Amino acid sequence: MSIKTTSAPTPSLTGFTLPINAAAGGLLGYLVGTAKDAPLLGIAGGAVFAILLAFAIISFVPERRMGRLIGAVATGLAGLALSGVAGLVFGAIVGLVLSWLAYWLHTGDYRANVPVYATSGDVLWSNTFRLICGLIFFFLIAPIVVVIPLSFNAEDFFTFTPKMLALDPEGYSLKHYQDFMTNPDWLRPLKNSFIIAPFATIISVSLGTLAAIGLSQSHVPGRRAIMAILISPMIVPLIISATGMFFFYSGLGSFLEDTLHLSKDLSGYIKVILAHAVLGIPFVIITVTATLVGFDRSLTRAAANMGAGPVRTFFKVQMPLILPGVISGGLFAFITSFDEVVVVLFVGSAVQKTLPWQMFIGLREQISPTILAVATILVAISIMLLATLELLRRRSERLRGMSPT
Amino acid sequence: MSETTHAGPMLAADGTPLKRSLARALRRQKLRALALIAPLLIFVLVAFVTPIVSMLWRSVENAIVPETLPLTVEALKSWDPTKGELPDEAVFAAMVADLQVAVKAKTHTRLGTRLNYENPGISSMFRSTGRSVGKWDLAADGPFKERLIEADKGWGDIDVWKTILRYSGHYTSGYFLNAADLENTAEGIQLRPQEQRIYMTLFVRTMWMSLLITGSCLLLGYPVAWLLANLRASTSNVLMILVLLPFWTSLLVRTSAWKVLLQQQGVINDLLVWIGLVDDANRLVMINNQFGTIVAMTHILLPFMILPLYSVMKTIPPSYLRAAKSLGATNWTAFWRVYFPQSVPGIGAGSILVFILAIGYYITPELVGGTQGVFISNRIAFHISSSLNWGLAAALGTILLSVVLLLYYVYDKIVGIDNVKLG
Repeated sequence: MSIKTTSAPTPSLTGFTLPINAAAGGLLGYLVGTAKDAPLLGIAGGAVFAILLAFAIISFVPERRMGRLIGAVATGLAGLALSGVAGLVFGAIVGLVLSWLAYWLHTGDYRANVPVYATSGDVLWSNTFRLICGLIFFFLIAPIVVVIPLSFNAEDFFTFTPKMLALDPEGYSLKHYQDFMTNPDWLRPLKNSFIIAPFATIISVSLGTLAAIGLSQSHVPGRRAIMAILISPMIVPLIISATGMFFFYSGLGSFLEDTLHLSKDLSGYIKVILAHAVLGIPFVIITVTATLVGFDRSLTRAAANMGAGPVRTFFKVQMPLILPGVISGGLFAFITSFDEVVVVLFVGSAVQKTLPWQMFIGLREQISPTILAVATILVAISIMLLATLELLRRRSERLRGMSPT
Repeated sequence: MSETTHAGPMLAADGTPLKRSLARALRRQKLRALALIAPLLIFVLVAFVTPIVSMLWRSVENAIVPETLPLTVEALKSWDPTKGELPDEAVFAAMVADLQVAVKAKTHTRLGTRLNYENPGISSMFRSTGRSVGKWDLAADGPFKERLIEADKGWGDIDVWKTILRYSGHYTSGYFLNAADLENTAEGIQLRPQEQRIYMTLFVRTMWMSLLITGSCLLLGYPVAWLLANLRASTSNVLMILVLLPFWTSLLVRTSAWKVLLQQQGVINDLLVWIGLVDDANRLVMINNQFGTIVAMTHILLPFMILPLYSVMKTIPPSYLRAAKSLGATNWTAFWRVYFPQSVPGIGAGSILVFILAIGYYITPELVGGTQGVFISNRIAFHISSSLNWGLAAALGTILLSVVLLLYYVYDKIVGIDNVKLG
């Protein structure tokens, strides 16, 4: 535990960089060795290869990008010789990792995120901590990413087939997507989801925005209690909401059918839309109130001063400024309805079957690979929503930066 | 400024006293705010609060017995069950009269189902007797005591009559007793036989597994939140996407991903076999048990832990840690005595949020929980859609709801519902 005082010491090549690279190479070599039924040979080969690669690029290639490219090409070619196209891709990745590791260690970059006075123990802990965090991020994202290649599986399996691993084009196909696009079992739920979610969103956004504006006034009697009631659909477990709604909405359904003479299907849609609108309201309230906190009240007074009525003030002054909050609340409400299973399962009938409902049935009864294709499409939708939200957040920050506080 | 010196109240521009004018303006402001809130408040009250309250009501409501058997209930009032004798002829005659009305309205099978929850076997008695009772003539065919017992010998069982008497009120505690694994027998309230005590086991399991899930979310979420709060803004924004993407991805997508990963022929098992850690013949069973539920739900609820932790940690100045270290604290002391206490509000907020969400989960336990990993919500759903014992489902729901509302109250005290942040 010596305290190092120089700012960027170059660690010993033979005592530090090469042994660590050898260990990493050995670990990766073990994976390759197991696949070829020779684990010990794999470890030895991997370690030797990693030492040679690290030594070569550190000594002869000072430019990092060039060195990494060389590492990737060299290891990729070795992989190609061992196991074809898949070996080329896998090898290139391994080569990038190994050459990055070599430079990272050799140039002292591994100390970049700790203060200069940190002990070796501190450095080790700091990097281990980052590795742990990396693994947690991997845990968060990997299950979602794994679904995507599996949805292109040519077989009806839920795991990678040998052909897929060999990157053989025959191992991949779009047949599950084709099934999704042609099968009425999936098309009807898709249509239902796109009927129910927008209507539910419109109801919760319009009522929710008005109420959020009301709640943000300075004198509201019983503000806490009202807020608690409006947020409650988010807090009460869905199964309880669903149970309550199951009894209540069947009564509402018979009222709609018998007294108002609506058709059974229409009343079913109305029930589900109302139920989903309630579930989306807390999200609208929370996001819009959060936006209104940053709203400068003197702007409405200024508008009134210049003779604008309350309605005109709302649409010309207030609305454009809180629009990002309203839209992101709307997106939350939309996704709540679009993803919701429990309530629709209890309130709706087979005619109102939504996409998540069909997925739920598919997962519970006979799991078909089409579910993975649907899942991939839904992941794409959520990436788009996330991107939209991020843009809105930036716009809102920009607008706030402009308004005087 | 001679006006301000004269006596009397201060006046507004239109001549009314300023105090009254201000009060009026304030009242108008309050009314306007309420008018804006009113549509939504009414909508939520009607479409959400009323259904919940009506569910609570259903857990004690028992009108079906007195409504279907009005004469019998009246006649049974004079019967003393402690004597150990069957009721007299008047009660049997009243029962036949009630049954004839009920059979015509086809409500006797529903009544049978209701009483069957309390005394198994009654349902078939009502059904079989219902077939013959319609042909009898009330005035001529007496006495009915023998005829009823002849139609189904269950009517000769004194316990049946005791059950009818016990559940003849408009309200009952029976569903709640049932939900707590108790029963109301002739000897008073007592625990059900060992093999029938399922709900307490389920409640305990739900609590225990929710705690485990909360604990593992905290364990995984704390380091990540710390990293996000202490990195440069540009890097942490990029890493934040890795947290927000799962948060925005459909629950069913994530559940199906775990189903695919954890299966015996799934990706994780394949990988373990390939590396050689697990033999091909003994692949790990990681799904349809508690392990599967805990892993999948930890993954699903982790963002709900990271986001509140992050927003609290963002406000802790990093200079405190450096100050502690410069005063001679070791890394651990500096963290434990300086940083950790300041992050406790975030831990509280995140843990309660995750626990509230976990305790009421239905979809994920249903899909990956098998029989050993299901929660109380799955039992509620079972009673609603399969066994049709709605009163019991409502009673179980009421108990679950009160636990959640208690936690919600605590959450409100710690964080405040106004301070909930999304994304």
